[in-house]
Formats: sequence, C-alpha cells, structure tokens
Amino acid sequence: MKIILDSKEIEQVLGDLTNSIIADTPPELDIAVIGIRSRGEILAQRLSDRLSTELSKDVPCGTLDITLYRDDLNSPSSNAQPHVRTTEIGFDIDNRIIILVDDVLYTGRSARAAMAALIDLGRPRAIKLAVLVDRVGREMPIHADYVGYKTDVTVGELVQVNLVESDGKDEVVIE
Amino acid sequence: MALKRKSKQFKWHRKHLLGLRELSAEEITYILDTAKGFEQISTRSVKKAPPLRGKVVVNLFFEDSTRTRNSFSLAANRLSADIIEFTKKDSSVSKGETLLDTAKNLEAMGIDIVVIRHSAGGAPRFLSRNIDACVINAGDGFCEHPTQGLLDTFTIRKIKGTLEGLKIAIVGDVAHSRVARSDMWAMTKLGAEVTFVGPPTLMPTEIGRLPVKVSYSLDEVIEKVDVINMLRIQFERLGGNPFPSIREYSHYFGLTVERMKKAKSDILVMHPGPINRGLEMESEVADGRNSVILEQVTNGLAVRMAVLFLVNQAAAQSK
Repeated sequence: MKIILDSKEIEQVLGDLTNSIIADTPPELDIAVIGIRSRGEILAQRLSDRLSTELSKDVPCGTLDITLYRDDLNSPSSNAQPHVRTTEIGFDIDNRIIILVDDVLYTGRSARAAMAALIDLGRPRAIKLAVLVDRVGREMPIHADYVGYKTDVTVGELVQVNLVESDGKDEVVIE
Repeated sequence: MALKRKSKQFKWHRKHLLGLRELSAEEITYILDTAKGFEQISTRSVKKAPPLRGKVVVNLFFEDSTRTRNSFSLAANRLSADIIEFTKKDSSVSKGETLLDTAKNLEAMGIDIVVIRHSAGGAPRFLSRNIDACVINAGDGFCEHPTQGLLDTFTIRKIKGTLEGLKIAIVGDVAHSRVARSDMWAMTKLGAEVTFVGPPTLMPTEIGRLPVKVSYSLDEVIEKVDVINMLRIQFERLGGNPFPSIREYSHYFGLTVERMKKAKSDILVMHPGPINRGLEMESEVADGRNSVILEQVTNGLAVRMAVLFLVNQAAAQSK
C-alpha cells in the first residue's frame, strides 16, 4: 500500500480544482455540482461548499445514483451486485453548467452512465467532469475537464480514495 | 465500474417473487430500500430508465385487474422493457389451453419475466418450477399478493419511518383477502403488531396459526391503531350469507366519519382498491386528510419497478 495523496494534499487538490472551475466559468452562468455515489457525493459537497464561498453565491449540490444506467447490468460476468440508491437533485439542471464529480476516473464507464442519467433529468448547458484521481485504462472516449491528480498505475492495482465522511480519514492509496 | 470495496452488503438472489411469507425481514427491507431509488423516475422529465432494455415482460392475468395490471405495465415500461398483455378473456385459455401450455408458448417467444394473477393459490409457484423465466405473483387465490403487501409496507414506512412497534388493523373480508395475508407477513416481519378485524364469518379458518391478533369489534380497535387498512368486500367471492345485510356490515365494520373521531389524529387510512364507497368506507374518509390511498397507488409503481429490476438481476447473475 502506497499513499499517493495525504489529507493535506487532498485539501490542496480540492482548492486547485475549485480555482480551475471558477477560472473556466463565466460568472453570469448558473453552476451546480453533482456527485456520483458514493465517494463522488462527498467530494461534490466539499467542492460546492468551496465554490459557494469563493463565488459568494449558493452553488447547489446534488447526488446521482447511476446504477440503472450501468452497462454491465445484464452481463453474467458482473459478480458484485449493484445496489440501487436514490438520486437526490433538488434543483432544475436545465441550462446550468453541471460539474459532475467522481473520485477516480478509470474506464470511463461510470462517467458515460452518469451522463446518460443526467440527460434523462433535463438539458444542462454543459456537463464538465471533475475527478480527484485520473488513472490510465480508459475504455470509453471520455476525458476529465478538471483533474486533481494523475497516475499511471497498472491494471492489477487498486486506487482507493478514503474520505473522512465515509472512511474516517482523507487519503488516496494504491494497493 | 466494479464496486471498489468488497462490501459485505446483502445480496438479492431470488429470480421469482412468489410470496412474502418465505422472505426474511432483511429481504423485505432490501426491496423497500431499492424501491426508494425508483421513486424519482416517475417525477422527472424523462420518466424512463434503461435497466430492462431488451427484456420482455408478460402480464398473464387470469383474473380481472385494472390497478395491478396497469401498475405492472407502467413499471415495466418505465424500465424500458417490452410488454405483452395477456388476459383470459381474449386468449386461447377460453379455448381450453392449460396454464402450463399457455406459459410454455409464451416462453417460446422469448419472454424474460411473467407477472401472473390466478384464482388458484399456488399457480405462480407451479409456473416457477416449470419455466425458465422469472415469475412474479400478482395475486394467487386467497394466498398472497406480495407487491401489494410491499407497497402497503413501503407507504407506512415512508410516512411513519418504521414499522417497528406500530399497531395496524386490517379490517373486513380477511378470509378472501390475499392482500391481508401478504400485508400480515410483511408488516409482522418488520416488527408491527397486526390485528385482523371483521365478523367471525369473514375470518380465515387458519387464523389460530397466523401471527396476528383477532378482534370482532372495530370500535374496540379503532382508537388504538396507527394504521387502518380497510379491505374491499369481494362480492364476487362471497358464498353463503357471511353478514345479514350490507347496511349491517357497514354499521359495524365501515370506516365512517363518526368512527374516525375516535381514532388517533395521525392514523393512516389505507385501502387496496377498488373502494366500495359508502360500504367499507365513507367517501369523506376515503378522500379525507388521513387517507393515503392514492399514495399507495403511486408507491406501487416504485415497488413494482424495484421487484422487476431485482428478479431480473438475480436471473442475470445466475446465468
């Protein structure tokens, strides 16, 4: 096990992501943050808090469950049974810039599913992808707009994001 | 996209939903939790999600139904499945085809899930043993109507938070009610105390072996309960003369405005529908502020989506 980001570095990375998002977004446009369950949900909340403070306006935050949009639901090879949870987005996504947040971008399949799920909820002005860790191994033509940390770990390794809210402490480790 | 953590989460493994009697409290809770994730599909701009795309669901109804059949159709539609509607009236059953032949023929067309309602108790189980498709019981004889039991339980849980410790009365024609039985299994397994209320002639013969209390007086029960579920008098099933007259039944077991005055102020009034207005329930009560009858219908959709999704998942993973 190797720690690639400790709690201080995660804070730093979230600060950088916040600044990049602000620099990229025209101030007159409405912006909202939506996290993919479950780690993305926590990161989205933190980003929305930072954006709200920096921009001195409310940047709403929502949670997206992508289970029903996964592409492996009917493939017998999937051994981990997906659990359907709630999508909680208490605002209209139409015409907003949506910052879609996930902990790790790997195959790109979650991001694809998340985009399909979002489009069934309305028509955002744009969807931008923000991730804490970007690792190689894409299986879909998808890239992140905002990347906290890039790593080229090999296929057999596991990038695990631990967060205070769900795991007791902030750190990103490779196992 | 694989789960990053090896969670020891519960795993659903049933490809058939035949009844609630055989389910554990954990399984029932899992269905109800899963159903929460399906509620929002019905409220958003595109009321459809893709998990059952390419699957075929057949509604195989040997008894009349509007609510349950439409609810299953809409649930399957919202999950992007294709639906075949099959009713006894306009099918080969009226030409003498057996249940198994009908099902085998449908299966030969490549169906994935059969939703069956049949007047014979045990018909869904019989089917599940003889065909490969998933089977969901939408009501069999006087035995079970599991999705109704689940949606009733879901409705109570959503409003009251939990079933644990609640007192629930199920009133009326219990003997002929599969709803009463499925409700009883789900609600008692989740920790509620269920009382069957009605005239002795409408109590099931096996009542002594069921995990319920029995009362022959609605007036004695009404003030104590948190939830009251009024069953429909099923005139089409009543044999003999279980009560002297409709008026007398109504007088003793109808939910009237007068009787509601004795109830807790936050009592939930439920009815599986269709209501005989003025018989088991006065219109003012059916449409009153304690009534959750229409919420039951709405919740039924989410619960049926969850059940369709789960049996299909179990089938996919057992391949």
